[in-house]
Amino acid sequence: MGTAYYPGCTLKTKAKNLEDAALAAAAALGLEMDELERWNCCGAVYSLADDDLIHQIAPVRDLIRAKEAGHDTIVTLCSMCYNTLARANKMMREDAEKRFTINTFMDEELDYEGEVEVMHFLTYLEQKVGWEALADKVTVPLTGLKVAPYYGCTLTRPYEVSIDEAPENPTVMKGFLAALGADPVAYDDSMTCCGSYQMLTHTEAALASTSKVIASARGAGAEVLALSCPLCEYNVGVRQRDLLKADPDWSEVPTLYFTQLLAIALGLGPEVCRTELNALAARSLLQDKNLIPAAAAQ
Amino acid sequence: MAETQVKPEVEMIPIYIMGKKYLVPEELTIMKAMEHAGYQFVRGCGCRMGVCGACGTVYRKPGDYKIHVGLACQTVVEANMYLTQLPFFPANRHTWQLEEAKGVAEEVHAAYPELFRCVACNACTKICPAEVSVMDYIAAIKRGDLDEAAELSFECIQCGLCASRCMGELPQYHIAQMVRRLVGAKRVPRAQHNTDQVRFITEGQYQALMDKLEAADHDEWVELYKERQWEPGAETDEWRPESRKGLLDY
Repeated sequence: MGTAYYPGCTLKTKAKNLEDAALAAAAALGLEMDELERWNCCGAVYSLADDDLIHQIAPVRDLIRAKEAGHDTIVTLCSMCYNTLARANKMMREDAEKRFTINTFMDEELDYEGEVEVMHFLTYLEQKVGWEALADKVTVPLTGLKVAPYYGCTLTRPYEVSIDEAPENPTVMKGFLAALGADPVAYDDSMTCCGSYQMLTHTEAALASTSKVIASARGAGAEVLALSCPLCEYNVGVRQRDLLKADPDWSEVPTLYFTQLLAIALGLGPEVCRTELNALAARSLLQDKNLIPAAAAQ
Repeated sequence: MAETQVKPEVEMIPIYIMGKKYLVPEELTIMKAMEHAGYQFVRGCGCRMGVCGACGTVYRKPGDYKIHVGLACQTVVEANMYLTQLPFFPANRHTWQLEEAKGVAEEVHAAYPELFRCVACNACTKICPAEVSVMDYIAAIKRGDLDEAAELSFECIQCGLCASRCMGELPQYHIAQMVRRLVGAKRVPRAQHNTDQVRFITEGQYQALMDKLEAADHDEWVELYKERQWEPGAETDEWRPESRKGLLDY
């Protein structure tokens, strides 16, 4: 049996490029990821209110789906799904009272005690394949591509669910990008918030945060940002157009999901990388670097 | 003088309709029991066959905290049940134009943004008298899988009980109806043979046969009716009529 795969709603709508590239890469690496037959929205954001258990029902139900299908691990691609599921899982493991309340409420489901491990795809890759073995499988090394790893918030915070042992100074993306042959760029704002949902209600404040991230990466020489979160992609990718419009001197830094870089490096071609879905000029950057054929340009 | 009387071997049991106790024959459905008790249905009653969804009823049993649900026309009374019919529950329905629609998830998301208030509590599925996986079809719509949602909601009888239980205040059954209409009109491939048959009819290819039928007398009709051949159920594609007389080659 393969590992349970939880896609999340956004990967089926706005972030097909995050998912398609990952699934093609996983198949090429011989990793069996079985999408759960039944799943619901994870809730997107972990509820911080201590007495708001109803918003823990959705993520716990997904964890139960993995358990009832006989899986001991559930892999996610989206940072937000990872964070929400991992924190709900932690709550179910550690808080006996809440566990009892939730299991009692969901009387039609299996009882759940945190038996399933929630894992982000980066961790899954590192554990199942490893960066050295991954480097051996690379057929199109991303040589000379200066990539800024962008963690955002939810991959490493809070530290209890951090995908990196060093939540304040994570290196997992660096190891991953180096395995692909890229030049990982170190910069100050790899963990600065993209502005999150504030983009919709406090656009100026969110854009200030976004522009700080991009300018910082650009200043360190980055040509592209690698990210794992559809909300980061919206704020840093799609909404970078706002910055371009507002500032004629703004120099664009395109964005790619880390899974797209993986698929390119594994030689899977532009069809599965879906760079046409990225907001900015990621595709032409990859063409300029001869990483995908220029003929693929539309 | 004939006297209408309940058969003596039928036991009378107490049920509580909107809190008031009535003795009704134990073998009746809730709907007939309510009529036995004196209720006359103007609304809240339709097909009496478990299909139309007009007679959704909620009830509780003594010593059981669970809400139970059934269609009044299909559910047999139980002693000491407390029930009320809930034949309608207010739920806003978005107005949209089928001709202008594209059949994509964004249209449903825009029409019913409250979709995203779903917390996956599953109260909708638990109350559904048609055993539709309401929560699962809502989940499918949220992730844009309209085809899956149309399949999952196909058995919906539009009774509205899901909406009565929703803490996110979703009108699930209206959302699912919009999805099924979009899928049926915009996403399912057109059946070419159907289009062809309509064309054959409008081009008048069956007209001679129709004229002959219309000119036939009563006895001929009876004969034709007796001779007719029934197509069996849809299990097999291999069935062919014994005679193709009157059928166009297609």
